[in-house]
Amino acid sequence: MDMKLRRSMLFIPGNNPGMLQNGGVFGADSVILDLEDAVAPSEKDAARFLIAHALRTVDYGCSEKVIRINPLDTFAAEDIKAVVPCHPDAILVPKVESAEDIHTAVQMIAAAEQPDQTPVKIIALLETPRGILEAYNIAKADPRVVALALGAEDYTAGLGAMRTKEGTEIFTARTILVNAAAAAGVQSIDTPYTDANDEEGLLADTELAKRLGFKGKLSINPRQIDVIHSVFNPSISDIDWAEQVIHAIRKAEAEGSGVASLNGKMVDLPIVNRAERILHLARLLGLIEGAK
Amino acid sequence: MASLVKIAQAGTLESSDIMITVAPGPQDSGIVIELESIVMAQYGEDIRLTLEKTVAEQDCNDIYIKALDRGALDCTIRARVLTALSRAGAVLKEEIL
Repeated sequence: MDMKLRRSMLFIPGNNPGMLQNGGVFGADSVILDLEDAVAPSEKDAARFLIAHALRTVDYGCSEKVIRINPLDTFAAEDIKAVVPCHPDAILVPKVESAEDIHTAVQMIAAAEQPDQTPVKIIALLETPRGILEAYNIAKADPRVVALALGAEDYTAGLGAMRTKEGTEIFTARTILVNAAAAAGVQSIDTPYTDANDEEGLLADTELAKRLGFKGKLSINPRQIDVIHSVFNPSISDIDWAEQVIHAIRKAEAEGSGVASLNGKMVDLPIVNRAERILHLARLLGLIEGAK
Repeated sequence: MASLVKIAQAGTLESSDIMITVAPGPQDSGIVIELESIVMAQYGEDIRLTLEKTVAEQDCNDIYIKALDRGALDCTIRARVLTALSRAGAVLKEEIL
C-alpha cells in the first residue's frame, strides 16, 4: 500500500495566483490545485497555464502536489496534457464511475508523461451513486490508483437527498467506500466539511470519518487543517497502547509462545497490525523515534 | 513568427495577480510595453524584462502589451502573458513552458 500521509488534502483554486503561491505554507499533507469546480469555464485555459507554472516554480514543502482535473468527458484531455509534464505527484480524477474511466485516465496520463518522469498517481473521486457501487473495481483498476475519495455534494444530488450536517444520507456511501478501499489496499479520503466557520461540526464529522476507517479528509479551507490533523494524529495513549502490544508480542515470541496477552486480553494478528499502523503513523509524524 | 490576430486579455486586478492586455502592433513597431505596478519602484524593470522575454520567446516581435500589476510573481506574469497570447490567436511554440 502507498503509505503517504493524506490526513488533510487542501483544495486551492487553480486560477487564484495568491492562493496558489501560498498553498505550501498551511502544512496540509496534500494540496489539490483545482482546475474543476473552482474555475469558471471561460478561465480553464488561464488556470492551466497558472498551475503548470506554479508546479515548476512554487515550493509546496512537504505537501503532496495533486491536481484535480475536469471530468473525463469535458476538459480532462487538455488538463492532463498541460499539467502532467510539470511533475505533479497525483491527479485527482473527478466523477469516476467505472474501472474503464481509470483505464482512460491512465492512458492519457501515461501519454503525457516525460520519459524520465515518476509515474503520476491517481486518486479517484467518487461522487455519483454508480461510482460508489463500482468503488472496489475502480480501486483495483490500475496500480496507479492510491486512494478513493468521496465527493458527497454531487453524490447526494445524484441520490435526490438533502445534504445535512449529520450526514445520515451519506453513511452508506462512506462505509462502502472505506470497505472497498481497504479491500483493494488503497487509502480512503472523506468528503470535505463545507461549513468552514463551524469548527465543532468539522471536529465531529472528522471523528466520525476516522471511526468509520477513513485515513484522511478533503479540506476546503486552510483553517480546517489543524482540526483534521488533531483527529487523525495518533494520541499519546494510542501510541502507548501500540508500544505495549508490540512489546507483549515480542516477549511472547522470545519465550517461544505463540500467544500473547496484554492486560488480560489476547493479542492476535489484527491487534498487532493495528498497533504497527499506529506506530508507523507516529514515526511519520515524528511523534516517536525510528526510521521514517 | 507568432502573430496575433486580435486584442486579448488575461488575469485579474486581485492581489498577487497581473492583468495583461495584448494587441497586434504595426509591422516593425517592436515590443511596446505599458506597465503599471504597485511595486514599480522595486521591481518595475524586472517585470518589464519578464514581459519582454516571455513574448520574445514566442517570437512575438510586433506587439503592444498593457500590464496592470498587483504584485504578481514571475511565474504568474509568464502564465498570464502566455494565456493572453494564446487568446489573441498566437500559436505558442511550447504551450506551457
